[in-house]
Amino acid sequence: MDHSSPAGRIFRGIALALVLVFFMFPIVWILLMSFQTNEQILRIPPRILFEPTLANYEALISGQLKTAAGNLQISFMRNLMNSFLLSSASVILALLLGVPAAYAFARFKFRLGETIAFTLLSFRFAPPLLVLLPLSLYYQQLGLNDTYFGIVWVYQLIALPLILWIVRGYFEDISPDIEHAYRLAGHSWREAFTRIAVPLAGPGIAAAGLLSFIFCWNNFVFALILASADKQPVTVGALAFVTASGIQYGQIAAAIVLSVTPTLLLALYAQRYLVEGLSLGAVKG
Amino acid sequence: MARLELKSVDKSFGAASCAKGVSLAVEPGEIVAVFGPSGSGKTVLLRMIAGMFEPDAGDILVGGRSIVDAPPEQRGIGMAFQNFALFPHMTARDNIASGLRARGAADVTAKVAAMSRLLKIEHVLGHKPRELSNGQKQRTALARALIGNPEVLLLDDPLRNVDAKLRYEMRLELPTLLRRGSAAVLYVTQDYREAMAIADRIAVLINGRLVQVARPEEIYARPASVAVARLFGDPSINLSEVTPTVGQGGLIATVAGTQVRLDADELPSGARGRCWLGVRPDDVLVTRHGGEDAIPARIVAVTPLHERAVVLLRFADGGEWLAALAPEALGAGADEDVFVRFAPDAALLFDHASGERIGLPSRRQAA
Repeated sequence: MDHSSPAGRIFRGIALALVLVFFMFPIVWILLMSFQTNEQILRIPPRILFEPTLANYEALISGQLKTAAGNLQISFMRNLMNSFLLSSASVILALLLGVPAAYAFARFKFRLGETIAFTLLSFRFAPPLLVLLPLSLYYQQLGLNDTYFGIVWVYQLIALPLILWIVRGYFEDISPDIEHAYRLAGHSWREAFTRIAVPLAGPGIAAAGLLSFIFCWNNFVFALILASADKQPVTVGALAFVTASGIQYGQIAAAIVLSVTPTLLLALYAQRYLVEGLSLGAVKG
Repeated sequence: MARLELKSVDKSFGAASCAKGVSLAVEPGEIVAVFGPSGSGKTVLLRMIAGMFEPDAGDILVGGRSIVDAPPEQRGIGMAFQNFALFPHMTARDNIASGLRARGAADVTAKVAAMSRLLKIEHVLGHKPRELSNGQKQRTALARALIGNPEVLLLDDPLRNVDAKLRYEMRLELPTLLRRGSAAVLYVTQDYREAMAIADRIAVLINGRLVQVARPEEIYARPASVAVARLFGDPSINLSEVTPTVGQGGLIATVAGTQVRLDADELPSGARGRCWLGVRPDDVLVTRHGGEDAIPARIVAVTPLHERAVVLLRFADGGEWLAALAPEALGAGADEDVFVRFAPDAALLFDHASGERIGLPSRRQAA
């Protein structure tokens, strides 16, 4: 790896640092903003050094947004809770449905198999707004409007294709002979699925779960249309910071920090599963 | 123990036919090698027995009981795969023990210990498959297949992915190991030497058909067809197109303009004119002196191979033969003119159209 000249190495270090600053700057800046008042944020020129304040976080947690026009009730913590609830439930449901489906698509050839798999994938490239109008009409008819279940269901449009297609690839990479060997050793196909296929596709399932969690968490438009205030996630809840008396930059920054934290922690935790080798050298290539 | 029996098994995938009327019986304690070129349907055959594919027609019986409708886990079959197919997330010990545990056997630890001692892998039982060498993986896979004392043991080219030295060792060890439990053993291989070293009988499979099932010496000495003769022997058998005639000394074939006597008085009834004459390179003699039955030839090249030299000979009519002989027996080098002989009883005759061997009424047997 280390085959370049010292000058080359220094140059590469500088280039890497520049790229890192470029990508990390917005995040660091938002972190700094979250500890400043609106006045501190808006002053020109901006300063790196300031007296930190926890007022933004206090306001978010207590649900009292202080603006120039007076106090506003916000339900940010509830939104955060909703985000967590909706994303987790969606991913769990999508895993329960998607992993067995992915296994079926990977292992068995059946009529219309490819068509079904592709149709499921095509949900990903339809613009959500196109789906939303008929969907909201259906939801009103079915009484699913403004229910957690309704949103979790519509989130399957995001999570299910992602899990299906990623996990399918991982299942296809496992040699079917490993499962055959397990069955010949005296296990049913169900045991071969749960004790061989699923553990071996573990890194893929973790990656797909994590990705779909992030996509669900970041979704805005489904919940905006299909849910009312008390069921809305943070992405929609953040609209509340655009108030009559101006935009509450400090609180927005603090809200971003709080809403990014869970996915960030999840990503850091899941990383070790993602980098773990898949086939582990059991089958000679 | 039980007998394994295939009864006219057919299998095709779309237009590709992998098994056509395959019938074969393997007695308990017997090792039958399924030998054939790649793509001849050997692996498909094993997989039908193991329950990964269903035969289109025919029946598969173990101990007289049909297993076609039974799921793989109820067939009582042990199998070693070409690619080992070890469970990557389990240690070698758990890999070997998986079958015993699934069937709720007693003394799992003791049995695993005994089996691993037999296969010399006790020291790596705690390792995961990725930490094992290919040889150890292969032994682990064998231990896993053998440990349950299955009634039927299937080995799918188990020595394919191990190095030459280990393959040689295993060829010596395998027959004893496989006979331990007196299972009916089917052993798939692409190497005729391996088949001859390990098996009691060899089943030659070509394009999904069993063309010959016989003892190794039998197949080598009396191959059923040109195709079988070509598969057995390295370098492979020399073939020349001849039209045998009945002459004064008996049956005579003309090879490259020279009349050569064959070990028979006449062609058996029903045999037509044109034939393939086959002589194994090991049976070809190269001399400097001409005479009766000696075919003039020129040495094109000499390749030293192990303790033998393989000599490429060209006849006057352009036909080429190979001879395999001890270097000191040659006494001639490249580009020299020599004479080629072979013993009359070393020649095999095959029908030109069908490729089937023509059994010659031997004079010596008749006398």
